[in-house]
Order: sequence, then structure tokens, then C-alpha cells
Amino acid sequence: MVDFKLTNKQLLAKKLFAEFAEKEIKPLSSEMDETEVFNLELLEKMKKIGLMGIPYDKKYGGGGADILTYAVAMEEISKVDASCGITMSVHNSLCCPCINDFGTEEQKEKYLRPLVNGTWSGCFSLTEPGAGTDASGAKTIAEKTEDGKYYILNGQKVFATNGGFADVYVVFALTDKTKGPKGMSAFIVEKGTPGVIVGENIKRMGIRAASNVELAFVDCKIPAENLLGKEGKGYGIAMGALAGGRIGIAAQATGIAQGALNEAIKYSKERKQFGKPISSFQHTQFQCVEMQTRIDAARLLTWRAAKAKDDHENYTPLSAMAKLYASQVAVDVTRFAVQLMGGYGYSREYPVERMYRDAKITEIYEGTSEAMKMVAGGAVMNAVK
Amino acid sequence: MKIVVCAKQVPDTTEVKLDPKTGTLIRDGVPSIINPDDKAGIEAALQLKEKCPGSTVTVLSMGPAQADVALREALAMGCDEAILVTDRAFGGADTWATSSTIAAALKKIDYDVIITGRQAIDGDTAQVGPQIAEHLGLPQVSYAENVEIDGDCLKVQRQFEDRYHIIKVKMPCVITALAELAEPRYMTVAGIVDAYDSKEVKVWGLEDLKDTVDEANIGLKGSPTRVKQSFTKQPKAAGTVLKDLTPDEAVDAIVAKLKEKYII
Amino acid sequence: MSKNVFVIAEQRDGKIMKVSYELIGKARELANDLGQDVVAVLMGSGVEAVAGDLAKAGADKVIVVDDPMLAEYVTEPYAKATTAVIKANDPEIVLFGASSIGRDLAPRVSARIHTGLTADCTKLEIDPETKLLNMTRPAFGGNIMATILCADHRPQMATVRPGVMQALESCDKVGEVEKFAVEFTPADMNVEICEVVKTDKKSVDITEAKILVSGGRGLGSAEGFAQLKDLADVLGGEVAASRAAVDSGWIEKDRQVGQTGKTVRPDLYVACGISGAIQHAAGMEESEFIVAINKEESAPIFGICDLGIVGDLNKIVPKLTEALKKVD
Repeated sequence: MVDFKLTNKQLLAKKLFAEFAEKEIKPLSSEMDETEVFNLELLEKMKKIGLMGIPYDKKYGGGGADILTYAVAMEEISKVDASCGITMSVHNSLCCPCINDFGTEEQKEKYLRPLVNGTWSGCFSLTEPGAGTDASGAKTIAEKTEDGKYYILNGQKVFATNGGFADVYVVFALTDKTKGPKGMSAFIVEKGTPGVIVGENIKRMGIRAASNVELAFVDCKIPAENLLGKEGKGYGIAMGALAGGRIGIAAQATGIAQGALNEAIKYSKERKQFGKPISSFQHTQFQCVEMQTRIDAARLLTWRAAKAKDDHENYTPLSAMAKLYASQVAVDVTRFAVQLMGGYGYSREYPVERMYRDAKITEIYEGTSEAMKMVAGGAVMNAVK
Repeated sequence: MKIVVCAKQVPDTTEVKLDPKTGTLIRDGVPSIINPDDKAGIEAALQLKEKCPGSTVTVLSMGPAQADVALREALAMGCDEAILVTDRAFGGADTWATSSTIAAALKKIDYDVIITGRQAIDGDTAQVGPQIAEHLGLPQVSYAENVEIDGDCLKVQRQFEDRYHIIKVKMPCVITALAELAEPRYMTVAGIVDAYDSKEVKVWGLEDLKDTVDEANIGLKGSPTRVKQSFTKQPKAAGTVLKDLTPDEAVDAIVAKLKEKYII
Repeated sequence: MSKNVFVIAEQRDGKIMKVSYELIGKARELANDLGQDVVAVLMGSGVEAVAGDLAKAGADKVIVVDDPMLAEYVTEPYAKATTAVIKANDPEIVLFGASSIGRDLAPRVSARIHTGLTADCTKLEIDPETKLLNMTRPAFGGNIMATILCADHRPQMATVRPGVMQALESCDKVGEVEKFAVEFTPADMNVEICEVVKTDKKSVDITEAKILVSGGRGLGSAEGFAQLKDLADVLGGEVAASRAAVDSGWIEKDRQVGQTGKTVRPDLYVACGISGAIQHAAGMEESEFIVAINKEESAPIFGICDLGIVGDLNKIVPKLTEALKKVD
């Protein structure tokens, strides 16, 4: 990719996302964060303009846009509200890809269509209390019944984003306990299936408005047709989804950082100390330049990974590097933003303290920063002969 | 029903600022938008289309090449076709020449109703809509707050300062839309993809209008009015601004001044 | 040779609108500069009786088109009548009020007779050398002023912003009244008025008030207007608002002052919690005396006010009301 600019089509999409974020999301962000409840009316509006299903085929009712457009959407929305960002991201780049890439035509008609045409929202549930970065700690099992018609799920999942309201969960469980991750399979579970117990929203440092719950499966019976792909392929499906999910998180982190810097710069032009706006001090300007440079780098790394995915190239190390870098930038820039805004930056009257709290998770979820280095390690070391 | 909406791409004049040093307008970085009254017209057209299946909405704009972006936005909202009327020969037009050019373009297409915005936020004249109606010999209803279909007629709520009329007008006709007419919908992602991938913006220049336009009526040469001069407004001389007063002191200052000026 | 300055007067329900008198006042000046007459044109049904008021306001002659077709404003009958009068008289200049009627009628007429039209003028002058009408008007959302000429077409036509020009003092003038007949056909009524609904006239016309107490975003809520009403009452004035307050739903739109609201020239304009951006200033900067109260020192309103107070309006306004009660 030589051209660093967005196309007219992508720019028009950016306009839509920015306007929507400003008019519909911004007025609600503070309240959603304080009450720790995602506004479901807002969710419906997000679905209506096509935020939930951006890069999916129009033949299923999706947006038909490219991954780069999705990354732009993630950034614009996260500039204003990272909780909305993750809600979109888990849906678009964790839940839906599993069904899109591995589902049968029947499964796509039944599940993918409503997920991408603005009817349903989706959840992706891999993590367990004993299994985070180390997936071999997974204990949730899926036992096939004698007659082969059902699977019975038993186990405990944690930190399932969107789990509190999603219509569909993609759940990973062991169909063969003896093979470690190679015994893991992927399943589609519908909301309200008996045996699915949706826990309370887990209290977290940031992205508080996002729904994030424990999911318990107690003798949960699901049709055998709801197996995604083949038995034993689940871990690969999950890792594949996560590689794409990292593009969304890198974009989210870039958005959080840019949003925070924008707030801080705006404030610095109005805030006068020692007879001048603090934006006029050279030190302030120097720091802002450093921050913006790093944000621009994070954005370009994100776009590189998105473009590689659009071009069907190996993007896995690229998205890992983008997320690794962008998440660090998000934490650093939000910290700077609070500092620049001083006491008012620390107060909840301004949004930057929330952005600082929101930023941290980008270094953890969908693969920790440490795991990102593992993911990209092979590619980086082998690139040099 | 065939609906044509005339829309204009304008700078967002609410975002324009004066350079305090030079006294001139800062036009750089001012976003271009679809004129708000026109956007309401587009929304009204889309709603009429929804009520009358089989209808088409065509959006037409006279402007420079970059007006393409505004037309794509209209397509992304749901309009079916777009026409950009553009040519150097059309430049410098006043409202007579603009309306003549647009009318010439409209003569080439089929329509049941033409919707324009009441006024553009850059020109602020509110003249082009009624003038198009005159050139085409059509009845006009301006200041529309509400539009409904009534058989082969439209029922329009026409706003005045102190009243409103419910007007029944037979199609074809021209309606000018107020921003209050309809709250414009957002584009959708799929709509944006369609706007660029499966819909087209037809571009018409002078050559394309040669059988409907009178060249004496276009562009700068065809404009009866001309700008002699434009200038930014002189700011009023500064008065006295008092700060760091207690509320009581402020009140005393105000009362004293009002007495001095014989206002009280 | 085109001659005389025509004013298309506006009437509703047989009552002549204030803007018509303002236009005659300005037309008088222009006519004096040209050495010509002021002719007012009154169209309506059963309006002959009020024609004399236009003469008292300064018209040398009043042309009356009285016909049932003109009872309620509809574009085509009015356009036909106006065009007929213009064609029969060949005026030099024709002025309309830039009301929702004038801005519908004038463009239609100007297109019909192929002449130039300048909208929403705030200043009209005869150029001493060229004798052309210089029409000055705001554009670009009120950010710039443009002076427009219509050199080669007649009449030179303009719509004029209400509330800007000055009406003359009423005098005992008795002008000539000419009855003008227009041949209407049923086809001229090319739309049907199904209903005429007068909107609640309890709402006041802020352009008529001598004192306005105006509120903006700084009020914070609809309730904030209550204290402004108290102040307005004790001053004998009315409440007005900026676009921000109206868009927030805190007060009715007919109280809006500004580029997209009304232009006002009261003796006293008290701006409370209004930043004073150009779009608002455009509607009130010609007020005789402007007092501004705002907690932001950098608010643009302080650049155009006569007396500015940097402070908290919620503390100052109630105290001001109390203090003024004691003055009377």
C-alpha cells in the first residue's frame, strides 16, 4: 500500500461514523459509564446505520464494506466511547467471522443473516476462569448425546463481552478432553437456551458500559447442527477470529488515544494560567507533537493490517504488532491527557479520566501485549536471514 | 411517483470564522455539507417514496466537480439516481442564471414533483426554487412544513409567520422545503457502498443541455445582477466590559448606565 | 424610461404589515435621491379603505388591486397582479418586504419579467454617480456583506429585511389612489387552499418590543428563562432567545433572534448567557444599547455590547430585577 489516504467511499463512511458518534453516542457516554449499563436504544440505532455487520457480504444483509472501513468505524466510535467500540468489535470481528468463515449455508442463513443485517447482536465466549492466555486450561465440555442429535454443554466462561444482551453466542468447548486445545470445538448457542445462565455485569476498571459477564452452561442442550466447522477445529477458529479482532482493538486504541488528545488540546487552548492559554507553552506543544506522532503511527500500523486482510495476505503478525503498539499508545496518551488537564482532567466532569480507565484493557484483551509478542515473534525473527 | 430533489453543496457557514488579523473569512478547513433545507427535502422525498412504492428519487445539483461528494451522500441516504450539472460556462451565475440552468436540466427528465430547499446557507436568497418553478411554468408551494400525497395532488402545509395554509396542488409542481419538513436520516454503511459501487452520478455539461438551455441565460454573462463589492462586517466599537465585580456591584453598574441612557 | 420607486405593500386580513411602512420610509429617501415619486402597491380583497394609510406613511401614490382572488395570499394570482402593475408602469425600482410572502412572490415575479432580484437587503442607496441602486445584504450565513447591482435590467428589484429600515413619522398626506384592474381567470388559482389556520397570536412579535431580555446556552435549561421573564416584566419588555436556546427546546422559535431568526432593533437588548456568535449578532447588533452578561470573558458578545459584565447571570439577573423594582 503506497497510498496513505482513504478513498472517497471510505471518507464518506468516516463522515457517517463521526456524525453518529458526536450526535448519538457522545451525549450518553458519561451516563452509561456511571451506571455501567449499555443503552439498548443506542444499540438499535447502531444496528440501523449498519455498524453491526460492516464488512459482511450484502447478500446476507451486511454492509459490504472493507476491513479498512471497519477499522475507520472502530476509531471514530472509540474516539467518543470505547464501550461502544468494544460492543461493535466483539460482534463484527470475533462472533460473526466464526460463522462467516466456517458456517454452512444453513448456519449462515439462520444466524449470520440476522447478525449482520441489524437484527441481532453477537457474543464470543472463549475465556474461562482458568484459561486466559493459556488456552489449554479450558474445562468447558461438550458431550455428544448417544443418538448424535445434540451436544450437552457444561462449564464456566468469564469476561464474555455482549453476553448480557446478545442474541447469539459463539462458544468454545472441549469435545475431546484428551487432546488439549486440539480437542476444542466451536458452537453456536442461542440466547435463552435452557441451561445458559447469564451472570451479572462484571465490575471493571473501564469500558464499564460494555456488557461483560460470566456465562455458565449447566447441562445446556444444543442441536448437533450448531457445531461450527468440524470437531477439534475450534481452537483454530478462535485464533483466526482473534487475529482479525486485533485490527478492531488496534483501531479502538487509536481512537481512544486520539479522542483523549483532542479533548486535552481543546482544553489547553481555553485554560489560562500565568496569563496565557497553556497551549501556548512550548512544552505543551512539544508533548502534543510527540503524542500525535505516536497516534499517527498506531493508525498506520492498523491500516496496514486491515489492508493486508482485505488483500487476503497473511496479516496475523501485522495485527498483533498494530495492537501491541496502539494499546501502549492509548495508555500513554490518555495518561498525558489527564495530566495536561490537571485537576479537571481527573474529575469526572471531563471525559479523559474515563478514557484513561478505558485504555488499559486494550493491552490485555483479545491477546495480552505479551501474547502479541509471541504471535509476531516467529515472523519477525524469520524475516531476517 | 417520480420525485426530483434539487440539492446544493455548501460550506458549513456556521463553522466559518473571521480571521481577527486580516478581517477576512477563513474558508480553509470549513467542511462541505448538503444544504440543510435541501437535506430535509431529500428526506421528505425518501419518505414519499416509501409511501408510494415504485417511486424514484433523483437528486440533482448544479455545482463544481466536488459536488459529487454531496450527491454520493444523497445516494447513500437512499436516492436512486444523481445528476451533477457542471460546466465552466455555468460559473458566476446569479439566481436567474442558476435557475435557468437547472430548469434546462430538469426539462430533460420526467418528474411529478420537484423539491428544492427554501434557501441555501451561503447565498441565503430563497430565490432559486420559485424561479425554477416560473421557468418551468409550474405551480409552486414554498415554506413547506409537511407534505402528503393526495391522489394526483400533494397536500402541503405552507408556513407563514402568523398562520399556515393547507394547500392542495396538482402535480407536476415545485415545493420548497423548510428544515422542519423532515429530520434527515443517517446514511447506512450498505448505502455508502451502493452509492459508490452500484449507483452512478451522471455529469451534464453545457453540451448535454444544448437543446433545452438558452446560452444567453447562463453563467456570469447571463446574470442580471452582479456583485459590486463584498466585505466582512465592521465590528461595532467596543463598549465597556467590567469583570471581577460582585453581583451587587454588577447590578449597580447596570442600573446606573440604564439611568444615564434614559432607558429607565 | 423607467421611473419611480415602487413598494409592494403587504397586508394580511386587511391589515397592512409594519414592513410596508419601513419600505416606504426607505423608498422616500431613494426617490428623493432620484428626483422621483414613491408609489405603493396594495393588493388584496376589500382593502381600499386602508390605502390611505400608505399615503400617510409617505407614498405619493397608491395603486390598489382589489379582487376576491387576492383575499388570501396565493402565489399565482399575486404574481399575475404584481407583474401587470409593473408592466403597466415601468418602475425604476421595486421593493418587497422579505417576509414569507415577499420571498415567495418576488422571485416568481422577477423571473417572469426577466430582471434581477436581490434578497434580504439591509441597506439600500442610490449611487450618486451612476444613479444605480446599491443593494447591500448579508451572505454566507451572515459572515459577509455583499453589495449587488442590477445594471442592465429593469426594474431593479429587492426584498428588504423587516425591522431594519425606518418608517417615517405618519403625516396628513393624502396621496393619489389609483384602482388597477387585473383580468383574472379561474385557472390563475392553480392551487386550492383547503384550510387557513392562524397560529396562536398570544406569542408576541419581538420585533415590535422596545426592550428585549434575551437568553442563550448559558441559561442551561428552560427554567432559566423564568428569571429573564421577571426582568423583562419589570422593564416592560419581552423575552427573546438565541438559536441555541430555541434548538434546545427551551423556548418557542418565534422568539429567536439572529440570522435565521428575527432582526431586532430595540432600545435595550440584554443578552444573558449568549456567546454572541456572528449569526446571533446579525440579528441584534443594531440595538440602541446592548448589555451583556456572560461568565466567559472571551465571549464575542463583549465585542459588540455597550456594557458588558463578566459574571454569573443566575446571581446578577434576580438582583437586577429586585433593584429595578425599587427604582420605579
